[in-house]
Amino acid sequence: MNDIPLTHILFVSTALFFIGMYGLFTRRNMITMLMSVELILNSVNINFVAFNKYLFPDKLEGVFFSIFVVTIAAAEAAVAIAIIINLYRSHNSIDVEDAGEMKY
Amino acid sequence: MTNYAYVSLIPLLPLACFVVLGLWGRKRFKTFSGIVGTGSLLASTILSFYTAYQYFFVDGKVNGVYQHIIAMKYTWLQFSPNVSIDMGIMLDPISVMMIVVVTFISLMVHVFSLGYMKGEERFATYYAFLSLFTFSMLGLVLSTNIFQIYMFWELVGVSSYLLIGYYFDKPSAVAASKKAFIVTRFADLGFLIGILILAFHAETLDISTLIERLTDHQSTQFVSITTGSLLGVSILTWGLTLVFIGGAGKSAMFPLHIWLPDAMEGPTPVSALIHAATMVVAGVYLVARLFPVYSIDGAALDIVTYVGAFSALLAAVIACTQTDIKRVLAYSTMSQIGYMMFSLGVSRYGGENGLGFMASMFHLFTHAFFKSLLFLGAGAVIHLVHSNDMKDMGGLRKFMPVTHISFLIACLAISGIPPFAGFFSKEEILTAAFDSNKLIYGVALFTSGLTAFYMFRLYFSIFWKKESHLHNAHGEGTSTMKIPLIILAVCAVIAGLLPFSNFITSDGAALETHINLVFSIAPVLLALGGILLAANLYKTENNKPEKVAAALGGFYKAAHSKFYVDEVYIFVTKKIVFNLIGRPAAWIDKNIVDGLMNLIASVTEKISELIKGLQSGKVQSYTLYFFAGIVGLAAVFIYLWK
Repeated sequence: MNDIPLTHILFVSTALFFIGMYGLFTRRNMITMLMSVELILNSVNINFVAFNKYLFPDKLEGVFFSIFVVTIAAAEAAVAIAIIINLYRSHNSIDVEDAGEMKY
Repeated sequence: MTNYAYVSLIPLLPLACFVVLGLWGRKRFKTFSGIVGTGSLLASTILSFYTAYQYFFVDGKVNGVYQHIIAMKYTWLQFSPNVSIDMGIMLDPISVMMIVVVTFISLMVHVFSLGYMKGEERFATYYAFLSLFTFSMLGLVLSTNIFQIYMFWELVGVSSYLLIGYYFDKPSAVAASKKAFIVTRFADLGFLIGILILAFHAETLDISTLIERLTDHQSTQFVSITTGSLLGVSILTWGLTLVFIGGAGKSAMFPLHIWLPDAMEGPTPVSALIHAATMVVAGVYLVARLFPVYSIDGAALDIVTYVGAFSALLAAVIACTQTDIKRVLAYSTMSQIGYMMFSLGVSRYGGENGLGFMASMFHLFTHAFFKSLLFLGAGAVIHLVHSNDMKDMGGLRKFMPVTHISFLIACLAISGIPPFAGFFSKEEILTAAFDSNKLIYGVALFTSGLTAFYMFRLYFSIFWKKESHLHNAHGEGTSTMKIPLIILAVCAVIAGLLPFSNFITSDGAALETHINLVFSIAPVLLALGGILLAANLYKTENNKPEKVAAALGGFYKAAHSKFYVDEVYIFVTKKIVFNLIGRPAAWIDKNIVDGLMNLIASVTEKISELIKGLQSGKVQSYTLYFFAGIVGLAAVFIYLWK
């Protein structure tokens, strides 16, 4: 496993991050946007684990932190889905473009 | 030494009464609020009589000299180690004399009002205001600190304002209360600056310390205040004159007297209490309080003398021409206060030279009784006739015997006919004036003749002149209205017989005074002459007064129009102050001050118009901004902030 250099893994996580970013900016469907956010979070998780493993092998902080992020992501998903359901109830749609009441 | 802590109850009882009646009076005490007010004041009066007994007869005197006793002192605001505003109680001959006068007259007015104000909608409010006034006036006279005087000074101003404007649905009453407030407020500005000057140089606000420092020719404070000068006049004179301006405003001295006649719009018992016996003598009291300082400065005393004498004469002349009975009394008050003022002015400190001081306080004392009696009598007359104008009166002596007799006694007292109270005090004043300034003596003598004339003009016009055709005569009023008249009439007879000079003198030591019979001949004859003239003109209905008025021509007209002082004020305020100061100030306010604010507002609006497009309501563009921000920050931290 040590044959794979760190940059490869960072490349994957960066790709994952920008795929998520792209999804977040282009999709209008809120469920898809939520999925994109999850991608971003997971790319960060990969970074944490990778750095921990390659740079400080005898420590565990990075792993702990990624577990922490997973937990937060679960909570965030619950809240986001609750928001999406409420939006659907009031607007009959989960398209973000349809909910523009809060603009100036 | 007795503990004088109980003296604090004298002002605090009316304060408590004000709070209770002011908060719950109209709901809970609708009918018996008068009893509550009168009861608490009765307690105050008894306490102040007891204080006077303790002070004058038991332990006020040390080696034949009355001491200043600080009964209580509580530091309220400490500015620096030396300068503080204290709340306290000082007992000395004049303050003890004043609390007796204030509580006693106030009690009489409270009792009188039980009948006079009966059935008023705001009966409880009226008593609340009376209590507030009594509290403030007592606080004023008991002050240990010159700033305490100033605070209570403003409080009496406020209660006077509230009581003049008691009938607030009458436009003239509202205008009068505003006028009184503004004129006295304007004078108080002088007072405040005067206090600050004196306190700045004496480095204290405490009255006893201030007097001690400014009368000691060796002290650094004395040197600093007398060597400094402004426009060729020493700082001490400036300070004392400015303080006197405050006193002149409250005491209705020329040219700040214009509010007093208008203040008669208030209920008549209020005029008796505030605008005759107590509040208007606050100016005299103030000068008397600082008298040791005044007495070392001849220039300031001269100002007091001439302003007092001129006001006395002017007011007496105007009083001869007025037809509203309360206005006649108001001008008479002004004239008598003028007497007290110039009497202080001709006096010097200590011993025989202090005769004027003692005479002034004596006149203040006797004047309080007979002038409040006159006002309460006038109140009873107005209560019966429902008019203030002399023309609607006449022949009332049969309808109101008690009022008639007491009014006559008061008229005799104010005219200075022996053995009534006014004779003794006026004799002392005339003696003091004769000893120091013949011009002032002449003015005073002439004025005392005029006083007798206009008082008896009033008396005859009300009670004689023509046969009354009053048919709805509902009697003289309740017994609560008659009893104060009788008590005050007794006081107006006997108050002059008190050995006043044993108790109240400029330096606290007893002073020998004697009535010189030869000296008394001139004023008494003049007074009798005035009375006879008034009887001749006004006792029966005839056209002689018109003839006299026509003979005097322009002078009569000028006096009838109060020498156009009001017109001058209106000219100065409306034409000069409003046009030259008011309008430019308004222009600056509208265009520059408001303009600046409007500019700021419109710039803000423009900017927000420009940037409100950012709030598009599109979540994804918000995310984009957020991301751009993060990238920007990252760039800053990575490349710039190394």
